[in-house]
Amino acid sequence: MADNNSGFFANPLVKWIEYRLPVFSTLDHMVGSQYPTPKNLSYWWNFGSLAGLCLVIQILTGIVLVMHYTPHTAMAFDSVEHIMRDVNYGWLLRYMHANGASMFFIAVYIHIFRGMYYGSYKAPREILWWLGLIIFLLMMATAFMGYVLPWGQMSFWGATVITNLFSAIPLVGEPIVTWLWGGFAVDNPTLNRFFSLHYLLPFVIVGIVILHVLALHQHGSNNPLGIDTKGPQDRIPFHPYYTIKDAFGVGVFLIFFSFFLFYAPNYLGHPDNYIPANPLVTPEHIVPEWYFLPFYAILRSVPDKLGGVLLMFGAILILFVLPWLDTSKVRSAKFRPIYKQLFWVFLIACIGLTYAGGQPPEGLALVIGRACTIYYFAHFIILLPLVGWFEKPLKLPASISEPVLKA
Amino acid sequence: MAGTATQKAGTEPTRRDFIVVAAGAFGAVGAAAAVWPFIHQMNPSADVLALSSTEVDLSQIAAGQSVTILWRGKPVFVRHRTEAEIELARKDDTAALPDPQKDADRVKKPEWLVMMGVCTHLGCVPLGQKGDFGGWFCPCHGSHYDTSGRIRKGPAPLNLPVPDYAFLNDTRIRIG
Repeated sequence: MADNNSGFFANPLVKWIEYRLPVFSTLDHMVGSQYPTPKNLSYWWNFGSLAGLCLVIQILTGIVLVMHYTPHTAMAFDSVEHIMRDVNYGWLLRYMHANGASMFFIAVYIHIFRGMYYGSYKAPREILWWLGLIIFLLMMATAFMGYVLPWGQMSFWGATVITNLFSAIPLVGEPIVTWLWGGFAVDNPTLNRFFSLHYLLPFVIVGIVILHVLALHQHGSNNPLGIDTKGPQDRIPFHPYYTIKDAFGVGVFLIFFSFFLFYAPNYLGHPDNYIPANPLVTPEHIVPEWYFLPFYAILRSVPDKLGGVLLMFGAILILFVLPWLDTSKVRSAKFRPIYKQLFWVFLIACIGLTYAGGQPPEGLALVIGRACTIYYFAHFIILLPLVGWFEKPLKLPASISEPVLKA
Repeated sequence: MAGTATQKAGTEPTRRDFIVVAAGAFGAVGAAAAVWPFIHQMNPSADVLALSSTEVDLSQIAAGQSVTILWRGKPVFVRHRTEAEIELARKDDTAALPDPQKDADRVKKPEWLVMMGVCTHLGCVPLGQKGDFGGWFCPCHGSHYDTSGRIRKGPAPLNLPVPDYAFLNDTRIRIG
């Protein structure tokens, strides 16, 4: 394999450090010239590195926002306004952090759906998939607790509704909720612990991301054909080929990010969160941030408290057994004519859930929410196991390079 | 190793096995005990527990009016019910109730309804004198309560709870 870094490694200082601490060769094996990558990765493979970029942006902006924020019910709201009005570039940093969370979820959702379309969760990448789901769960917890910190109306009532989900657990539900609150309602102890955990969890995510990358390197990236690489003719080094491709993606992604950041910084938020928290008045229409809407729709589709809570958590937990629910040995939807269609129907059901989650739970929205909830679970429990048996996959190419070399 | 030669499958456990298990168990119990302060610190602290009673003057509340009191960080509804509301609540004692309870068991004096203003679904504050049963309606997920604060329709499983309270005299109550 061509070593594009031989000049770099010949540098005496690099040599001196490398001899004592092998950081450069380790990096070179992780994301450099010594990491062989399938040569046919499409732009759908950009979203992993974009999600990583978002994590870095969130941590950097978060660290500096904490320098100006006060985690106390009497001062939190005002300190956020202080950031917006008085702190130098405070408005920019806070809008970067708030919109950055949305960008992070956009990147991760595309990354997850990419994995579903190309069967990236299948053997031998099940643990890689699990680690990704754990990152997703940690992101949701982190985003939820971060949204509470400005102590606006949506912060307070969002925290109340979500923590109350645990009261649906029989017998121990109420003590658990009191324990989560540190009192008898969402109050200052709740705000303080959410702040503590909101600072901690991103670093836990960093740790899991490292494991995610480690698991990825064990068998390498999946690819649009879903077949294993068969030799050097199927692979190119990660650097410079995919570092430059990822860098191009970063440029496009930052333009998209900047559109929201500079032209519609509050578009993805809710105006009620600019009203200070009031424990005596619930806003007319409580909605979570957009990235939680599908799960919120599932919660509200069930006319039973415990049932709704179980189904909502079940919607994520079912993804952990996806590698076994999908009985087909063929990874890529490219060679699976029926699954390919089901994937798009599933995507539409998820969009339907997002729509229903943002509407009041009545009339047509409730019907759409219920229909999409049923389809969501039917996709995993009924359709995927059956399709794997009945579907006749198209003929797989012998290798990644074969069709190209033949033509 | 020579020391493990006597520990073949099927032989009696040795004294060393016992020491290993006993030491391991002792360590596990010790670690579990040390975890407890880290868990219990999240429960309500002494000052939070101390703020647990409040008094309400009823003389200013006319029939058909309600006040909302903040008690332990949560709203409490104190409603001076009208004759019509009391009658409706009693009539519905025999209706199909998800959480059956007689109106008489929910009040100390029929004209005064005192209960938590916290929806038993997911904790929102219901709106007064709204909904299908003339009582309360929760805008978050659509639960309807009647004039006795009992759940009648929607996802909430239980009636609005009645807190501990006592009449200090005819026009004063203490909640908590």
